[in-house]
Amino acid sequence: MSAPRVLIPVALGTNRDGDLADAFRLAGAEPVTVPLTDLRAGLGGVGDYQILALPGGFSYGDALGAGRLFGLDLIGWFADRLYEAVDAGKPIIGICNGFQALVRTGILPGDEGPAATATLAENESGRFECRWITLDPSPASVWTAELSDALRCPVAHGEGRFVSADLDAIEGRKGVVLRYGVGGYPHNPNGSVGDVAGITDPTGLILGMMPHPENHIHEWQDPLRGRGGTGNCLPLFRAGVRAA
Amino acid sequence: MELRGDLVTAVDTHAFVVGPGHRDERAEREAALFALPVVTIRRFRLIHVRALLTDAELETLARKLCIDPVHGWWEPAEPADRASAGPGETQLETGLRPGVTDREGAELVRAAREAGVNVDAATIGTRWIIGGNLSDTELAVLSDRILHNEVIERWALGHLEPAFVGSGDEAPAVVTIAIRGLDTDGLAALNQVRRLGLDPEEMEVIRDHFTMQGRDPTDAELETLAQTWSEHCAHKTFRAHITVNEADGSTSEVDGLLKSYLRAATDTIDAPWVRSAFVDNAGIVQFDDRFDLALKAETHNHPSALEPFGGANTGVGGVVRDILGVSAKPIAVTDVLCFGPDDTDPSGLPDGVLHPRRIREGVIHGIGDYGNKIGVPTIAGAVVHDPRYTTTPLVFAGCVGLLPTGSNPTAPRPDDSIVVLGGAVGRDGVGGATFSSQTMGIDTADVAGSSVQIGDPIVEKGLIDVVVGARDARLYNAITDCGAGGLSSAVGEMAHELGARVDIAAVPLKYAGLAPWEIWLSEAQERMVMAVPDPEPVLAVARRWGVDAAVIGKFTGDGRLCVVDSVSDRTIIDLDCRFLHDGRPRRRMTAVMRQPRIQRESVNVATGDPVGDLLRLLAHPSIRSNEDVVRTFDHEIMGGTVVRPYGGPEGDGPADGTTQRPPGTSSGRAMTIGVGVNALYGAIDAYAMGWQVVDEAVRNAVLGGADPNQLSLLDNFAWGKPTDPLTLGQIVAACRACHDAALAFNAPFVSGKDSLYNEFVGPDGAADPVAPTLVITAVGLVEDPAVVPLTGAVAAGNDVWLVGQAAGALGGSHYEMIHPNLGAGAGGDLPAPQAGAPATHRAVASLISEGIVVSGHDLSEGGLAVAAAEWAFGGRRGLELVADVLTADPHVLFGEGPARYLLEVAPENAPRLEEVDGTQRLGRVTDGDDVVIGPISVTHGAIGSAFTGHIE
Repeated sequence: MSAPRVLIPVALGTNRDGDLADAFRLAGAEPVTVPLTDLRAGLGGVGDYQILALPGGFSYGDALGAGRLFGLDLIGWFADRLYEAVDAGKPIIGICNGFQALVRTGILPGDEGPAATATLAENESGRFECRWITLDPSPASVWTAELSDALRCPVAHGEGRFVSADLDAIEGRKGVVLRYGVGGYPHNPNGSVGDVAGITDPTGLILGMMPHPENHIHEWQDPLRGRGGTGNCLPLFRAGVRAA
Repeated sequence: MELRGDLVTAVDTHAFVVGPGHRDERAEREAALFALPVVTIRRFRLIHVRALLTDAELETLARKLCIDPVHGWWEPAEPADRASAGPGETQLETGLRPGVTDREGAELVRAAREAGVNVDAATIGTRWIIGGNLSDTELAVLSDRILHNEVIERWALGHLEPAFVGSGDEAPAVVTIAIRGLDTDGLAALNQVRRLGLDPEEMEVIRDHFTMQGRDPTDAELETLAQTWSEHCAHKTFRAHITVNEADGSTSEVDGLLKSYLRAATDTIDAPWVRSAFVDNAGIVQFDDRFDLALKAETHNHPSALEPFGGANTGVGGVVRDILGVSAKPIAVTDVLCFGPDDTDPSGLPDGVLHPRRIREGVIHGIGDYGNKIGVPTIAGAVVHDPRYTTTPLVFAGCVGLLPTGSNPTAPRPDDSIVVLGGAVGRDGVGGATFSSQTMGIDTADVAGSSVQIGDPIVEKGLIDVVVGARDARLYNAITDCGAGGLSSAVGEMAHELGARVDIAAVPLKYAGLAPWEIWLSEAQERMVMAVPDPEPVLAVARRWGVDAAVIGKFTGDGRLCVVDSVSDRTIIDLDCRFLHDGRPRRRMTAVMRQPRIQRESVNVATGDPVGDLLRLLAHPSIRSNEDVVRTFDHEIMGGTVVRPYGGPEGDGPADGTTQRPPGTSSGRAMTIGVGVNALYGAIDAYAMGWQVVDEAVRNAVLGGADPNQLSLLDNFAWGKPTDPLTLGQIVAACRACHDAALAFNAPFVSGKDSLYNEFVGPDGAADPVAPTLVITAVGLVEDPAVVPLTGAVAAGNDVWLVGQAAGALGGSHYEMIHPNLGAGAGGDLPAPQAGAPATHRAVASLISEGIVVSGHDLSEGGLAVAAAEWAFGGRRGLELVADVLTADPHVLFGEGPARYLLEVAPENAPRLEEVDGTQRLGRVTDGDDVVIGPISVTHGAIGSAFTGHIE
């Protein structure tokens, strides 16, 4: 079987697309990075793809709220492709700014149809924070189904505090699939309610998360190497690739 | 300061405010510092648009684009008097001045149009609700000192009227300046009125040149000459002929500091890994068989003093563009920051000087904002505090780039098109180079309004993609960045040999109404210029990444710089390139050297309280943890980071060199960055400072895994007025130290930057010069990242070894600084250069390459005891350092000096350490949290609360 293709759309200001492509490549997939301007112009030879991955960054400078204009792009001139992917059962992942975009569009949490019910607000500390954290996984998503051990990777964001009027509904269907381990600042770096780091939609296909698993795919990246470091995140990407 | 274009205030504007707002605790803290009776400060986003909108369209705009759909709200911001939201509250509003870069406003316009709402212009400001009973005077202080910056923003009590730069302004025409026939006084007056910043001899040469031509210059020609010949662009001091009055009474002649010392060292070393040094925007050195590294470090001091966020923001942007200017992809950003003390009494600050805390917050935010948004890790740096940086803070920003070997073309050809890429031209960057080449005073903020800019990292991110794409497709013959001096310096430099013809009417503008010379000279932050044989493919790459691009002219081959306006059919500039670049008379200067070392009597400096001394040093503003700063910088992006600025099990142990595997390389190698800076030595003995900061940069790089036989160095000088012979003497001494140290370490300089005239002239006319500061950045190659020592002590039972001398010097040390009661100079001499230092560095590097150094820390600020305490705390391990050499002598515990390291090594490798000269075993790593360093015994809790400020 040939390697599944991963479509990575990028907006002006997206900047972790390269890191994400590296992770998928290492996980055995074939990433294709395409500017949204190309998709919009019908260029880029997108062709067939099996995974959609929305990368991190500061799309459009995070003007008017992180991920907001990226989300409008997705809904505005990318919606068909997006919903087609959801309907076809393709795994989708949105990381950091990509997660913010999925939440702004209402695709996540996705309990109530296409209206936003959650948001990623400014960190409780009021500033951008970059630090390594621990993630406890639970299995309700294809991306996390087979993870048993905690993951470790960095966060790097200023607007990552998960807020939802409807957290009970998400918790009720076990939709919180990644939680900051230990809890409390700085382990929960942004003050998210329920230590939420990542959620899935009801189908389990769409994963959105603030931390950056794409930055812990090699042992040498781990700041705890030589001190019993663990929690390589490559299995998360491998799971998505297997599910494609 | 008013912008010179007409402001349009019209009825077709809408203002609305967006919630939820939030409390601004930083502003509240600052208000307390100024003793203002503020209870709370809340902020809300204020949006101004210029458009003719129906109520329904306004609703769409606000609801769909501007508010959070879950918990947001909006309401029109009605004109009102200063009366406000509630009892005991006052409303005031702030917003960017028209014409200042406003990314968010531009995105709102774009998004509105896509949502079917036609908006002409938009800008985003802030509404503040101040709780507390403040008088009008107090509100003005609050606004001026804390809530807004007059340089880039306007404000009003109550309601701020929307204002935009007019779109229909008529452009002023080019003006001829009568210079022929002016005498010395007349030239001086012209120099002053136009703020040209030229020397009297230079004015005379320009007058004589045009007299010979039989015509007067245009304003554009005169401004072009002033920019090209400015200190900032021409480095007049570093290229001057200097007569040096030596300390021993003799006289010597220096044929240019750059040539005689910095470049001379590089030429003598003739290192095979140096691809190019001192010729382009950045130095280039070999990385592996396929790739090279581009290295550059810059200063951005003047703008950062006036508008800390924008100044630091554009400082990073500028050095990143320097790297792009040699066709390299930026992969790492560095920052070295020098501020006044946080606890400076605000009432003692002269008018026009921002409080050090405000500068610090703004600068740190500005650096993080830029680096984080362009997607390049900010991985190395330092923060230094000293009262002599209060009126003249220093911001050094560096960048490392990666490029395939041989992929930077540097020769434009006749008939190549001139393509500008990136941001359009506005009036916000006029005069940057001449401004930064002059001293600052109380009125600087008034005149500098147009010289301070806000960066746009999103455009720069696009530029990176365009340059890398165009480079890999080999679409251009030469590239450079538009730094200070704008198109004038970029096109001028590229056309140096060939000449060029430019149509000013083809340059994309932000708004109409700019004079031709302003278009030609305005510094735009995010702009590059390329010489391309065929423009269309480059324009296509730019379109793909959403970057604006335009063809503005051609390189010719006739040796003349010719700028015309095709609309008015007038010639703006017609200059001989040789005169422009080589016509400047060489500056002659005089330097006076002080005694090379002030002999100072050492007195008994022991206090009998070494534990107290250690804790005070750990809490010293230049030693204490900067983890809170570093956490606001993304140091993980690109996935190549091996050694971070802070490491250890809790991520709070300070590292030395920071190490990164460049993304996209496959040799397995890494590169490491070490930084050396010292605020104290320079004023005492600039030669000693030079050696010590080179040594510190090298030590850090060695612990980052560098091979000390393949290091490359960058220099950054920040000094006061070089026209003062004593000041110039310090600069000469520092240059001599750089030369001598480079030769000793076999480490060539590949690029550098000097920033002079760093002094503040107060209302009484007295000058307050900066602490003379030399920053050295060492970049090294790491063969095997797997053997790089870890940050913080690791395993109980391992031995702790000291490499280098046990006792350091206390002269100019931090120990001396925390004990002013001992008397000035009580610590005695500064540390002297050590002939054995290079061998020590090589020995440590060799132990590291053998894989036997588990962890390590260099001895720098605060000496052995501070290093040991940071190292134990960072690793959450105890230490038992009980060797006889560890007496209560402060020279041993707290002395500073070159080539000293602490290393953690397993006991079975002790014989290997014993083979190395100058090593001694101090003790061992233990479990638990007791840290014993000779007579000192402290716990992690005590170290942590002093070092991090957090009580454990």
